[in-house]
Amino acid sequence: MSKIEILQRKAQELRITIINMIHKAGSGHSGGSLSSSEILTVLYEDVMNIRPNEPLWEDRDRFVLSKGHGAPALYAILAQKGFFNSDNLNTLRQLDSCLQGHPCMFKLPGIEMSTGSLGMGISVGVGMALAAQLHKRNNRVFVLCGDGELQEGQNWEAMISAAKWKLDNLVIIIDRNHVQLDGTEEQVMPMGDLNAKLKSFIPNLFTCDGHDVKALLDTFQRALNSKGPSVIVAETVKGKGVSFMEGQSAWHGKTISKEEYILAIKELEEGLK
Amino acid sequence: MTTEKPMRLVFGEMLTELGEEFPELVVLDADVSSSTQTKLFGQKYPERFFNFGIAEANMVSAAAGMSTCGLIPVTSTFAFLLTLRAGDPIRSLIAYNKLNVKLAGGYAGLSDFADGASHQAIMDISVMRAMPNMTVLVPSDIETTRGAVRAMLKHNGPVYLRLSRDNVGSYHNGNETFEIGKANILRDGKDVTLAVSGALLPFVLEAAQELEKDGIEAAVLEFPTIKPMDNETLVAFAKKTGAVVSIEEHTILGGLGGAIAESLSENCPTKLKRLGLIDTFGESGTYSELLDRYGLNTKHIVNAAKKIIR
Repeated sequence: MSKIEILQRKAQELRITIINMIHKAGSGHSGGSLSSSEILTVLYEDVMNIRPNEPLWEDRDRFVLSKGHGAPALYAILAQKGFFNSDNLNTLRQLDSCLQGHPCMFKLPGIEMSTGSLGMGISVGVGMALAAQLHKRNNRVFVLCGDGELQEGQNWEAMISAAKWKLDNLVIIIDRNHVQLDGTEEQVMPMGDLNAKLKSFIPNLFTCDGHDVKALLDTFQRALNSKGPSVIVAETVKGKGVSFMEGQSAWHGKTISKEEYILAIKELEEGLK
Repeated sequence: MTTEKPMRLVFGEMLTELGEEFPELVVLDADVSSSTQTKLFGQKYPERFFNFGIAEANMVSAAAGMSTCGLIPVTSTFAFLLTLRAGDPIRSLIAYNKLNVKLAGGYAGLSDFADGASHQAIMDISVMRAMPNMTVLVPSDIETTRGAVRAMLKHNGPVYLRLSRDNVGSYHNGNETFEIGKANILRDGKDVTLAVSGALLPFVLEAAQELEKDGIEAAVLEFPTIKPMDNETLVAFAKKTGAVVSIEEHTILGGLGGAIAESLSENCPTKLKRLGLIDTFGESGTYSELLDRYGLNTKHIVNAAKKIIR
């Protein structure tokens, strides 16, 4: 298998882990976890400089999951990379678990910032990138945002500050799945020409298919080679890989029944072939 | 009583003084550095000073990110903006994760008197007290301000520092020792305890002198730390005097008065009168007019003390 095929397969395997976790937990956010599967796989398997056995290594690249409800996807990839024992994945959302409903930095290695309240991740990334600049370190900072999340004004405050300080080491990724809790973004609060808006804040804007591993790899390289902060709009499908979840706002955070679980896993396993 | 100085200037000067001792100290402001006086630090350490513009939530969240990379960020803006506009990131990022970020709320209480209710922070202490992991400091004069700035930088964890805009004097004989969680006994007394936080201290000391003329021995307890509360000293004086009056430039709900009420009702039920804003907003006026209107000057403190021991 080629590197691309291996990564594509890993992303699909991640989806199976995600659905297993959320089904076991009885609650959790399937749609937005499934949409970011390739993005996280490419970042953790290829792009980022990290040491899973030394999670606090000073020169590591930082990743902030601004869309904290996508925690199952992040937990799945961290376990796969060996940040913690994957047995813990069965404890998602349980009392005393290190896998809180939303990521918690002091309960789980590999989480760079506790998130859950939306719209703060880019700001946090700006702070981390400024610290790297001040300390003259070469590490990079990656922030993954949802597109609905961009309705929070703080994101735009953060982007003007990223531009002010010319943060070469900051890459913002938008998981552009077009769907939020109450409906489609168009229905809830249309963002208009989102790419044009983003580009006027962060001129280094790149777009790609967020489920195409090769496109993601190429786009991350272009973003990292550009001067100043960059933003990648990764076009995705909410609930990707499970046909009855795809594009459905109802699957933002719905419980998966036994029957639905069986169907979902069957479809995802077929996707591995 | 020696020279007076605006508390904000004492703050700005102290940060600048400590820049060398704390190499990881960085200062963030939100377009009010000329008011809060953090510009002084910016002039001396331009590479360690970040002006975030009028965007408090972004500033505070970026500070959270910085702190995870070893920096010690001091975020500064007007207290009402810091604690409310940026309240969610303070809760979700800084308090929850116990991050080493310092929150300096300037122009607190009625000290921004002429600007009126929009700018007066009168519920900042209640909001910050309610946050788990948060330490709340309220200095009163030159020494406690200098001491508090040093103490908060030495402390590992989130701290809210409440600062006044206006002139403060010197009531600690040059002693800048600041122990977080410790009340200062500025005057002993057996008839009534006057408990104060912040820049109203001189009125309280004056009130104690007035009371002495009428044969009333008032103790003056200063609480430069509101959280954690020095319950031990509070209870000792409550027992000794049998009556407590709390005085603060803040709503009586949840600030110093609230903290004292909580502590005394559980540890040592004692007669208590809380002086402060009684569930109301402030307004424009001179500082002394506002203190009179909201019952916080010497005359009102004396009356409250006499009434409670009657």
